Amino acid sequence: MSEKHPPQHAGGEPAGRAQQPTPAAEETAALVSVDTAGGAMEPSAVPATAQSGQLPGGPDTLLRKIFTGSGMVSVLAVLLALIIGGLLIASTDKQVATTATYLFARPTDFLAAVWNAATRSYIALFQGSVFNPRGNGVAAQFAPFMETLTIATPLITAGLGVALAFRAGLFNIGAQGQIIVAGILAAWVGFALDLPMGLHLLLVLVAGIIGGAFWGGLVGVLKARTGAHEVILTIMFNYIALYFLRYLLNTPAFQRPGESNPISPILDPTAVYPQIFGSQYRLHLGFLLAIAATVLVWWLLNRSTVGFEFRAVGANPKAAQTAGINVSRSTILVMALAGGLAGMSGVAQVAGTEKVLTDGVAATYGFDAITVALLGRSTPWGTFAAGLLFGAFRAGAVQMQIQTGTPIDIVLVVQSLIVLFIAAPPLVRAIFGLNPRRRKPARPAKSREAATTGGAA
Amino acid sequence: MVRVLKLELRGITKRFGTLLANDHIDVVVEPGQIHCLLGENGAGKSTLMNVLYGLYEPSEGDILVDGRPVSFRGPGDAMEAGIGMVHQHFMLVPVFTVAENVALGAEPTKAAGFLNLDETRRRIKEISDQYGFDVDPDALVEDLPVGVQQRVEIIKALVRNAKVLILDEPTAVLTPQETDELLDIMRQLKSGGTSIVFISHKLREVKAVSDTITVIRRGKVVGTADPAASTTELASMMVGRAVSLTLDKAPAQPKEKTFEVRNLTVIAPNGQHVVDGLSFDIARGEILAVAGVQGNGQTELTEAILGLQDRVHGSILLDGQELLGRSVKEVLNAGVGFVPEDRSVDGLIGTFSIAENLILDRYDQAPFAKGISMSPARVLENAKSRIEEFDVRTPSGALAAGTLSGGNQQKVVMARELSRPLRLFIASQPTRGVDVGSIEFLHKRIVAERDQGTPVMIISTELDEVMELADRIAVLYKGKLVGVVQAGTSRDVLGLMMAGIPPEEHVQAGKAADTTSTSTSDAEGGDHV
Repeated sequence: MSEKHPPQHAGGEPAGRAQQPTPAAEETAALVSVDTAGGAMEPSAVPATAQSGQLPGGPDTLLRKIFTGSGMVSVLAVLLALIIGGLLIASTDKQVATTATYLFARPTDFLAAVWNAATRSYIALFQGSVFNPRGNGVAAQFAPFMETLTIATPLITAGLGVALAFRAGLFNIGAQGQIIVAGILAAWVGFALDLPMGLHLLLVLVAGIIGGAFWGGLVGVLKARTGAHEVILTIMFNYIALYFLRYLLNTPAFQRPGESNPISPILDPTAVYPQIFGSQYRLHLGFLLAIAATVLVWWLLNRSTVGFEFRAVGANPKAAQTAGINVSRSTILVMALAGGLAGMSGVAQVAGTEKVLTDGVAATYGFDAITVALLGRSTPWGTFAAGLLFGAFRAGAVQMQIQTGTPIDIVLVVQSLIVLFIAAPPLVRAIFGLNPRRRKPARPAKSREAATTGGAA
Repeated sequence: MVRVLKLELRGITKRFGTLLANDHIDVVVEPGQIHCLLGENGAGKSTLMNVLYGLYEPSEGDILVDGRPVSFRGPGDAMEAGIGMVHQHFMLVPVFTVAENVALGAEPTKAAGFLNLDETRRRIKEISDQYGFDVDPDALVEDLPVGVQQRVEIIKALVRNAKVLILDEPTAVLTPQETDELLDIMRQLKSGGTSIVFISHKLREVKAVSDTITVIRRGKVVGTADPAASTTELASMMVGRAVSLTLDKAPAQPKEKTFEVRNLTVIAPNGQHVVDGLSFDIARGEILAVAGVQGNGQTELTEAILGLQDRVHGSILLDGQELLGRSVKEVLNAGVGFVPEDRSVDGLIGTFSIAENLILDRYDQAPFAKGISMSPARVLENAKSRIEEFDVRTPSGALAAGTLSGGNQQKVVMARELSRPLRLFIASQPTRGVDVGSIEFLHKRIVAERDQGTPVMIISTELDEVMELADRIAVLYKGKLVGVVQAGTSRDVLGLMMAGIPPEEHVQAGKAADTTSTSTSDAEGGDHV
């Protein structure tokens, strides 16, 4: 298990630098400490933990902290996940195994092999997702990037749905079901109706958004009216949507004539998204709509009264209610909007990439959307960036497997590691020496003699 | 056996970035003394104590224990040196017993790692008996009243042989009776040889128990004071300017009665009538203070008026219009200004900016919003003028409200509610956890609102505040109105009313025991003459 050592070692050294907290951390500490004296506010009595940057006041649940923590942790989490992923790749590499047998005779061989294995795979990943220098002409060289954008499209919109709901204090893990319901409606409008160009596509889009909004809004209504927990509701609604879709695909209304497999007819050409850069790339109009959705969500959250209500309800429902905000209405509305955004992903799938409806219409986009929102810290543009990153992972993984034989699954491992590190910000900060906490309470007896001079700062 | 300990802070400086929280502070805590650190919220008292307790490292300066410089790298070190701290918010596990809480962190064990709580129980009994704490080691902490929980915290420190006890704003969470009990305990601890560092901004308590008073203002020691100094003197030192502790208030000029409550009953989810058949009214230009021990229906009364309660019967009329059955938004839009009792729970959103908090109930109205589009520039503009008008101490309105001190947070809530034309103003605990300088200011604003001809309703559990602000006083007991009396009614009568005895009965009882009654009310009622 020699590959275990480097991260530990790498962590050990910078941890020493934790002595000098960043100016930003210092400032937060200052604010918190000033408030400590304020007294009546939330506990500042445990300043050692309060120093980690969270402001007193408001119900700061762990989940909330994870979702809305600093963007820096996101970046570092990705970096860390990539490093560990690289080590995992190396551990399965033949060259590494060979050199390991004479590790002590020539350790440089071993280290070189590790480096080569990891970098080769990541270069392949990069070439498969951003830019392939071996491509035939500029168009082919940029093809991987177009593919990344294509895969990112449903991730972004569904991620926005999760992020938006989270800002209003709701943990929407029902994007999967919302995508499916949207897909069902959009696909049906797409293949069953016969309408002129433009209008047909518009109707497909509207149908999908309404489908998702309905499925999400229903959760909101149940939550607001009965107090049922949205996590349970959305999980169950995911199942209902999936099995309902499977049922539909075996009915004459949805099954392709003369086909025994559960697959729908192909959508009319008037009902599909046009390809933005011509037929050579799969990239479709849905990506532009995803950008528009990101702008819209940003505006909604930061510049509109509706977003103000959402954020208020999310941050302190009691204060929001006292200020006259209708919490029930916000819950329903935000779930409907979140569903509508996830619905756009459903449309992107049936009208953009797949052009048919199968029971795999949502793939795992609905669940990946949670990770995307998490990584994007529930901000619109953060989610957008995280969607692009995950799109790149997906697009590049194939190329990586072809070029280097590294299994696609390694990308899933990296994704999972990202979630893991984001869920443990103190771990990431400790590894990179960013902890504002100067020191851990060391063994008293020893330390007392050592530091009579007081603070070094 | 009693080890006394002299604690000295020499030139303690603590910087956070550019902010100087403590500036060369010198404090000497003599053995067996109650040393008070007096200062407004945000003056740097708590930072200083956190330095002393090992939670912060000082940027400069030394801590000396019995003349020997020490350096604490954590609370563990401080405890070992004989320093104990009782935080304002208790560090207790609610579902544990007293003994378990006390043992926590230094659990005595038998062979094979089994807990040995008998030893802890014995120590708790011992300390409890010695100081008259009256704490049962086997009671669950969550079942104990706040005052007793605080004693558990003190026991925790004493079990660890604390010779210096730091009490950080210990009375903020206590009722008046519990406060008196705590002051007694402090005196007993002192006579038992424990020194106490008492952090407070409540002058009456400080004067009552302190041996020495060090006044801190803006991170600096501005001087030491004698406990015999007058309250005005102490207050002026603390705030840095002359403060008047008695409110200058012209007699009320009540006009027509525009706010009427008739037979109001609020039923709690458990079926209990938490507000029971209340009827009262308030005239324009008059302050009605609702007094009573906490938990006698005050919260439910205000929530019912605002539309936050579900099962309400009766009638609430404002300008002849029924408020009952309307949504919170409609009530607010009808001109009701409301300052909730706990700003951090329902008055403010800590993570929102000050500017956003200043429009929390008007975010969707002109000039802040047009349709659903908000104007951040207008919101900030509004914040600028409110911050100036209400003297909120903050570098910028864009900062999170949670970064403000308690007094400044309260100013934000007050500024929000008082900055629009009102038909009724309700303030619940308007100055809870607020420092002296801000109390004066907030009280003036409330009176100013009255003088503009708004009916004002104040709900307060602090009798001082009620007596200072009220034109008439209504006393609640178990959801019922004990009576409404004029301002100037003696503390005794009000105290008995708060225990449920109507004023008429008291007058009769008073006649029977005439001599005692007059002598006590003389002492209290002096300032009314």
